[in-house]
Amino acid sequence: MATTTRSPAKAKAAQAKKAKSPRTTILLKLTMAVSGLIFIGYVLAHMYGNLKAFAGPESFNGYAEHLRELGEPLLPHEGFLWIARAVLLLSLVVHVASAIVLWRRAGKARPVKYVVTKNRNSSFSSHWMRWGGITILLFLIWHLLNFSFGKVNVKTGETGSAAGDPYTVMVQSFEVWWLTAIYLVAMVALALHLHHGTWSAAQTLGLTGTAKARRTAKAAGGVLAVVVAGGFALIPLSVLLGIIEK
Amino acid sequence: MNLTLKVWRQAGPESEGGIHTYQVDGVSEDMSFLEMLDILNEQLNEQGEEPVAFDHDCREGICGSCSLMIDGYAHGPEVTTTCQLHMRSFSDGQTITIEPWRAEAFPVVKDLVVDRGAFDRIIQAGGYISANTGSAPEANSVPAQRDKAMRAFNVATCIGCGACVAACPNGSASLFLGAKITHLGELPQGQPERNQRVLGMTAQHDEEGFGGCTNIGECTAACPKGIPLDVISQLNKDYRTALRAKS
Ligand code: HEM
Ligand code: SF4
Ligand code: FES
Repeated sequence: MATTTRSPAKAKAAQAKKAKSPRTTILLKLTMAVSGLIFIGYVLAHMYGNLKAFAGPESFNGYAEHLRELGEPLLPHEGFLWIARAVLLLSLVVHVASAIVLWRRAGKARPVKYVVTKNRNSSFSSHWMRWGGITILLFLIWHLLNFSFGKVNVKTGETGSAAGDPYTVMVQSFEVWWLTAIYLVAMVALALHLHHGTWSAAQTLGLTGTAKARRTAKAAGGVLAVVVAGGFALIPLSVLLGIIEK
Repeated sequence: MNLTLKVWRQAGPESEGGIHTYQVDGVSEDMSFLEMLDILNEQLNEQGEEPVAFDHDCREGICGSCSLMIDGYAHGPEVTTTCQLHMRSFSDGQTITIEPWRAEAFPVVKDLVVDRGAFDRIIQAGGYISANTGSAPEANSVPAQRDKAMRAFNVATCIGCGACVAACPNGSASLFLGAKITHLGELPQGQPERNQRVLGMTAQHDEEGFGGCTNIGECTAACPKGIPLDVISQLNKDYRTALRAKS
């Protein structure tokens, strides 16, 4: 193997560099993969719920209500919802915290940048995980303020229960152009994140040991990106085109 | 061919470095890239200037000594080692930027030479098998499954050049690490120390200051030996198995 010998004193010092921290890069990536898969399950379920908008207000509002009753009487009212929220929040904290630690590590691993660098063969999405993730995070905060905690009807300016039932809030929101634009930008970020993230998680979990498994995982990423982001985007686009209306 | 070279020059590990521009004329397209640099150095010698330091040894693509980031590509625009890169891959009048591998764990020794001792220390942290000394055992006494042996042989072709690290946007050595883990992990002789190997080598990889892998795949695209990405999957899997066995 190709190595250049340091001066003996330096070599000794380097030899003494013994690994200690158990919090390795792979462990951090594993937590990102697991939390990422939880998110994938969540966005799939969420998208399915949203598509109920095509079945009309009763179906959509009924779905929102149904989520609150899920698991009763085994769980208290909204019990399932709170468990899901707790799991998602924990996943988010772990996912983002690991992302930040690894991002900083990567920065430190190459302190002097190249004058010229070119990519040989990597997807656009793979280079956009970090900034795309931040885009998703910002959107998430906005989205929760908008539809969950804040419950603001941006069109009428009403908040809380005066904002209307979930279906009304949704349709009226997407009649506001800039809200639709924010939403669509976030869906592009989500699509990119899923495109690389799905395959990356499979690789991190050690499921892609052959060239065939690798192709399958990459294809799954493509399919998920289109299905999830496309599925979510159908709603605002349908409101825009008047397919879904009040 | 006449070429303009922009070369990273740095007098020593602690010195400030910078890009210097040189003109090299009369280069034959049948020369290897390193022979072209030899011409440059002869020129510099005649002018009484310090020649450009770069790593090389076998010049036949098997030792892994040669390095160089050439116009933004590790080992240059073809997928091969720098010593096996020929000047016909460039065109007359071209400007070529030549830089050392850039990584915290590969400090510059001089000009284009970096210290890849970090790879040695990763190997020392578990990239071996322990065997009793004495006469060599009968070769066929330990049966190895054919497909596993083939995979082990294929990834054992890693020459430790460090192009994977140089090409990785995260400065990760996961492809190198994965190649070594897979190589020994596929063979019966590698089994007894398999768990401690992956834990030790991964910890040393991180300790050396390499970055984490995000499965971008620039490493495998740059690897002169075509080490595939599935060795990183293998590394992750072995790591998980070892963690579970430990707890
Ligand atoms: C619905 C939301 C999200 C989903 C479905 C998701 C999913 C995933 C998945 C599956 C991975 C691959 C994990 C692996 O490589 O093992 C991943 C990686 C990553 N995520 Fe997320 N994530 C989401 C939100 C976020 C947020 C809010 C951030 C914020 C900073 C973020 C930043 C990252 C980064 C930096 C990576 C690592 C990139 C890589 O390994 O290539 N993600 N995500
Ligand atoms: S994996 Fe390929 S690029 Fe990396 S050190 Fe080995 S031979 Fe070089
Ligand atoms: S000099 Fe030995 S591989 Fe290039």
